[in-house]
Amino acid sequence: MAFGQRFIEVDGCRLNLRRGGSGTPLLYLHGASGAPAVMPFMEKLARRYDVLVPEHPGFGLSDEPAWLENIHDLAYFYLDLLRALDLRHVHVVGSSLGGWLALEMAVRDTSRIDSLLLVGPAGISVPGIRPGDLFLWSPEELVRNLFFDQRLAEQRLAEPMTPELLDVALKNRHTFARLGWEPRLHDPFLHKWLHRIGVPVKIVWGENDRVLPAAYAQEFQKLMPGASVEIVRRCGHLPQAEKPDAFCEIVFGFAGRSSSS
Amino acid sequence: MNVVLFHLMPYADLDLKAGRDNGSVWVNLPNSNFDPAVGHKLYNRYLDELEYGEELGFDAIAVNEHHQTAYGLMPSPIVAASALARRTECVRIAILGNALPLRDHPLMVAEEHAMIDVISGGRLISGFVRGIGAEYHTFGVNPTFSHDRFHEAHDLIVRSWTEPGPFAFQGRHYNVQYVNVWPRPYQKPHPPIWIPSQGSKETIDWAAHPERRYTYLQTFSPASVVQRYLKMYRDTCKGFGYEAEDRQLGWAVPVYVAASDEAARREAKPHFEAFRNVFLKMPVEMLLPPGYTSRESLKNVMAAKAAMFGDITLEKSIELGMIVCGSPSTARQALATYWKDMRFGNLLVLCQFGTLPADLTLTNMELFAREVMPEVKGFGSAAAAAA
Repeated sequence: MAFGQRFIEVDGCRLNLRRGGSGTPLLYLHGASGAPAVMPFMEKLARRYDVLVPEHPGFGLSDEPAWLENIHDLAYFYLDLLRALDLRHVHVVGSSLGGWLALEMAVRDTSRIDSLLLVGPAGISVPGIRPGDLFLWSPEELVRNLFFDQRLAEQRLAEPMTPELLDVALKNRHTFARLGWEPRLHDPFLHKWLHRIGVPVKIVWGENDRVLPAAYAQEFQKLMPGASVEIVRRCGHLPQAEKPDAFCEIVFGFAGRSSSS
Repeated sequence: MNVVLFHLMPYADLDLKAGRDNGSVWVNLPNSNFDPAVGHKLYNRYLDELEYGEELGFDAIAVNEHHQTAYGLMPSPIVAASALARRTECVRIAILGNALPLRDHPLMVAEEHAMIDVISGGRLISGFVRGIGAEYHTFGVNPTFSHDRFHEAHDLIVRSWTEPGPFAFQGRHYNVQYVNVWPRPYQKPHPPIWIPSQGSKETIDWAAHPERRYTYLQTFSPASVVQRYLKMYRDTCKGFGYEAEDRQLGWAVPVYVAASDEAARREAKPHFEAFRNVFLKMPVEMLLPPGYTSRESLKNVMAAKAAMFGDITLEKSIELGMIVCGSPSTARQALATYWKDMRFGNLLVLCQFGTLPADLTLTNMELFAREVMPEVKGFGSAAAAAA
């Protein structure tokens, strides 16, 4: 399934948007390392959905707007984007930082959202559990800690670093720090309002996640008793990259049924 | 020329192997490596050394701020400066500096500096820094707001020192209904402000601005780098339409003087190499968190990584001008040469570094003060007389 790429402007921010497939809209919200390319799981999802993969403001080829100071700014931006593109009945899939973003959107407004599928989402803190220190890890440690299957880490590490990729990596890291440095990877007030999310929620977690340990999933389920949790065995922080087929089956089994359109 | 005795107060008894094995003595070296009984002795020894600086004729004695590290035991330089204020009579006391963005309330800095200035009868030199990258990891302060917080905190402090209170301050990071600092500083309009930096165009543009004309100090860099940044400062002043005075420029450098070049190198070597290769060492992710510098600077550092992050011997460091080390005559000549190239009006000498023990520190201070400092103090005035 071919993905198109274009820039759109929302709230004065030029945004790089990839879009492919047809069906009900599925908005994929990427995590800290961005979404620099169309990945196999996106191709597969595009067989059943109209898949939208934006690079967040401050990431990749998108603008770095002066107004972007915290995760709330990003949540309001994406609610504006849903309206600007007149998207309805949207399945939102968010990974890590993107999962946190999806929650921040949904506590504010779900009028255009039909379901949330969160992959190892950040956004809350769990007493006694520390996320990995992504900012102190070396680039190699970071890649190794993202994957359970170290062969995938090796592949990622073997990819050549061009000046353009380095620029994007530093830009992504900067915006990630702006949004998630302190409080580290969470919004201390978010947990109080998660009950406002009235649409179906599914939480997917890699069993061997070393960035945000899978114990977070139980805490999320306590806060959102209606949410279902699925733990992916032998898998790190990015099930969509590490186990794309299994991941897509989870999406198909959830976001197909929960659609009201 | 002002000559300043600068101290970092390192944990000189550090188990160097523990520091090396940990990869850094910053952020996450367990504090079980700190023995309070040893710390007690070190603090009092170091304060004695600084107090002795007055007797030896230094123009100022200087302390600085670092957190959660064996590199320096002064999380609050204000504590050290306060102790010195009551034990000295006429030497100036420099805080180089307080890390403004790490503090929740800049008015605390304004108040505490004003207290020291009043207690000491106007002997305080205030210094402001952003704190180094590692301290954003330890404190959790967001480094992408570091510059904003620094500038806003600075504005609040200077206004609190100079404008009649009470007045309200509305900022992006700090909001105060009643700015009304008691005591007001002793010096008018306020204590001099010095800006120590590892070298940054952004800092230079800000410090050199005609409204500020703050003294810019380049710290612990190879002499060629110091020269480049001091020249950048002078050029920046020209761009603003004025000539920088020598007093606006300073260089902080470790100095070790002994009877002969050979003795100086032999005595300084293990202690300087511990300073450079253990105490100063940290991974780039720790040194430069995102947003602490511009991304262009970050790329430059990453490109120069091998040179910056590898070990350097004492001999190579002397060659690079990262330390002045030798007999009194060698030290005089080296400083005269550097001064001709850079024309800094303030020389900050670090007479204790790394693991350098008390006896060697004392003889170093005495030899420097007796045999080197008198000539160095004349540098600026001799030029002025000749001009």
